[in-house]
Amino acid sequence: MSVEPLPILTYPDERLKTVCEPVEQFDPELREFAEHLQHTADLGPSAVGIAAPQVGRMQRLCLVDATRAKRPVDNNGPLVLVNPAITNWKGFAVGREGCLSIPDYTGKVIRAETIELTAQDLEGRTVTFKMKGFEARIAQHEIDHLDGILFLDRLVSRHADLRER
Amino acid sequence: MTQPWLLLTLVGADRPGIVAHVTRVLFGVGAELGETAMMRLGNQFAIMMMVRGAGNPEEVAGLLESTRAEFGLKLHVDQIDAALHQHREPDVSVIVHSADRSGIVSEVTAALLEAGMNILDLRSDVGGSSDKPIYIMQIDGESSDGIEPIEQCVARFADQGLTVRVTPLETMRG
Repeated sequence: MSVEPLPILTYPDERLKTVCEPVEQFDPELREFAEHLQHTADLGPSAVGIAAPQVGRMQRLCLVDATRAKRPVDNNGPLVLVNPAITNWKGFAVGREGCLSIPDYTGKVIRAETIELTAQDLEGRTVTFKMKGFEARIAQHEIDHLDGILFLDRLVSRHADLRER
Repeated sequence: MTQPWLLLTLVGADRPGIVAHVTRVLFGVGAELGETAMMRLGNQFAIMMMVRGAGNPEEVAGLLESTRAEFGLKLHVDQIDAALHQHREPDVSVIVHSADRSGIVSEVTAALLEAGMNILDLRSDVGGSSDKPIYIMQIDGESSDGIEPIEQCVARFADQGLTVRVTPLETMRG
């Protein structure tokens, strides 16, 4: 893709603290945006996900791609999640997170170890996924973006060690 | 021209209010704080702070003299060649525990060095009781050659009564 990447908003931009609106139009423009968003994440520093509000589009759409983890992890492949909602949580794990919108800082966050979520694809069809470990962490981080929540809002002690993942 | 960073170190008996008093003095003269780390070691307070904009080391020590004396602290200030925005991400965690004995840190860190690990963060504690102390050490670092050499290198400690757990870390960035 030869187009320029979308500019990424960085903290403390207020738009990152905004609850996003549901996507209602499933049209070619949405698909083109998703592709542009993927291109933007591809050019970022080793991102495994990105959410629409990180580029200033205040809609409930995010990308999750655990296939990009440095070590192989269970995954559902590269995903575009539109209007995602977590329907079930189980277990807890501590892990280190960073964010394209918060350069030069990482910290520990507690996330559910396994989740189930429902969403729509780019055609508006309902899809469901079961995720665990690293992929579940990515999805929770990205869905938080859609609710105006950053990983900074969920930081726990530097010495927290429920169980590293 | 921006003044260089100073590293300010304060150590002494732990009492409430030390950080608030010290930073109030520094803020009052327009100093800028960079990264800081405070901890209790034994029952002692210890803090390291990056400070700039409050003068040279002698001037900063002078500013803090009354606070230092009030709290009975030892103060040390050095000019350092430091910069912000230099964070590095650990990709391996090593946790060690055993009955306390001398040499644990030396032996384990020598093995980690041999295995290509660069330590980014180390914290150790002595727990248990006075007559039966235990030693717990948590290390985060960068593994230049992956975790397999580290696991192989620390395996020898099992025969010495040390429990060593090596865990890969991956930062999720999205």
